[in-house]
Amino acid sequence: MVDIIRGLDTLWVLISAFLVFFMQAGFGMVEAGFIRAKNACNILTKNFLDFCMASVGFFMFGYAIMFGLGNGFMGATGWFLSGAVSGADIPLSAFWLFQAAFCGAAATIVAGGMAERMKFPAYLTYSFIISAFVYPIVGHWIWGGGWLSSLGFADFAGSTVVHALGGFAALIGTMMLGPRIGKFGPDGKPNAIAGHNIPLASLGVFILWFGWFGFNPGSTLSVGDGSLIARIAINTNLAAAAGGILAMLTVWKLFGKPDLSMAMNGALAGLVAITAPCAFVDPWAALVIGGIGGIIVVLGVILLDKLQIDDPVGAFPVHGLNGVWGTLAIGLFGQKALGLSFNGLFLGGGFSQLWIQLIGVVAAVLFVVTAMYIVFKLIDMTIGLRVTREEELRGLDIGEHGLEAYSGFQIFTTQ
Amino acid sequence: MKLIIAMIQPEKLPDVKKALFDAEVHKMTVTNVVGAGQQKGFTETYRGVVSEVNLLKKVRLDIAVNDEFVKPTVEAIMKGARTGKIGDGKILVLPLEECYRIRTGETDGEAIG
Repeated sequence: MVDIIRGLDTLWVLISAFLVFFMQAGFGMVEAGFIRAKNACNILTKNFLDFCMASVGFFMFGYAIMFGLGNGFMGATGWFLSGAVSGADIPLSAFWLFQAAFCGAAATIVAGGMAERMKFPAYLTYSFIISAFVYPIVGHWIWGGGWLSSLGFADFAGSTVVHALGGFAALIGTMMLGPRIGKFGPDGKPNAIAGHNIPLASLGVFILWFGWFGFNPGSTLSVGDGSLIARIAINTNLAAAAGGILAMLTVWKLFGKPDLSMAMNGALAGLVAITAPCAFVDPWAALVIGGIGGIIVVLGVILLDKLQIDDPVGAFPVHGLNGVWGTLAIGLFGQKALGLSFNGLFLGGGFSQLWIQLIGVVAAVLFVVTAMYIVFKLIDMTIGLRVTREEELRGLDIGEHGLEAYSGFQIFTTQ
Repeated sequence: MKLIIAMIQPEKLPDVKKALFDAEVHKMTVTNVVGAGQQKGFTETYRGVVSEVNLLKKVRLDIAVNDEFVKPTVEAIMKGARTGKIGDGKILVLPLEECYRIRTGETDGEAIG
């Protein structure tokens, strides 16, 4: 009987790992669809290779830092998985694969924020460093028995660990790169640089939503009697739906049209926001959390344009802002009965949990911003972060890879 | 009446359009073209095969104007498109024999402006 339970748990985590792996395809399609045709090969090469880099980096160093024995800051045993132990009651290989897929997701978020102007070798270097060192350190704090987990900080499936981390790394990266040529006029007014393939982007959003059913419910790491997985799945779905609706309504009200690209960002925002609280809240709260996420993403996109920060696919509003929002939402809507240290603010638990959540997310964001600033600065000084003006105008597909995404098609380029 | 044809770099189109609008030239046709000038091409590689691409993407403007508008139009295009580097483009000015506006049946000078 014990063997069967362990087998079921392992099967569940592996299926979830495969679903989370497939999210890589979702990220690829969303990012490729939201940028111009001349850079589509480049972004897909980055998406493709960062999962390869993350797999290797997380095998060599990442797992040891995240789940090895050590101190509150980082683990330090199990390099190259030698002598490593599983962090759950399933075989190490299954646990590792699931965690490696998460690591890849965190790394790939940045590709979208820094799209259309970042050098490919710089991206390869970045993706190895974030997967092997930066992501695992924050992961250790929260999931590996580090200082935040001892504090009672809760992040069920990674609003902070994966999304706030990826989102803020994207923000610092895109600020250091500077905006794309032509994004802001001399008077500072933002120009629309429309994505070249909205159908591709919407396929990507559906794939991500689908993959999230592994990302959140899989983070139980066991099947149990099935009720927890089921609650997380329904919460995940409701938050995504509410995010899509509220983002659509917000953009409709502000600009007069229900913009699909924004509604899709809204669904992703809802998914990111529910990632941390998915196990600790009731479905009604999931609707509220996702809906607010949808509003946040639209306002975030507008804010970035006002600040003249160019984030081509909205990586920071979706993952950064909503990663923070989802983490804090635990302190508002979370329930002690569902596994937290305290009830949330709106359930009569006072500020205790909210305060812990705030400390945790601020600490993680400060660490990521500092670490990634140093990493990008070093890359800029050695390899260089940004391609030349001529290459950017012609497109990174030809400049970096010597091939076109749509060979044989004539693409109208007037930017 | 003249027909002005200009080949410019795609990314300079917004600047050229702005310069033309400032010079009160609002009517134009813009097409996406490929062509070769003094600028060199670039190399593509596809699955190990290297190939030279000689025809580069350009934007072509067709603008029909009355004679007194030739100079302002040409100057506006040059102002908007010039970077001083090889590949900035070329402007051709051709005599134009007739012009009709389909909606009203107006001809020549009236139809063009």
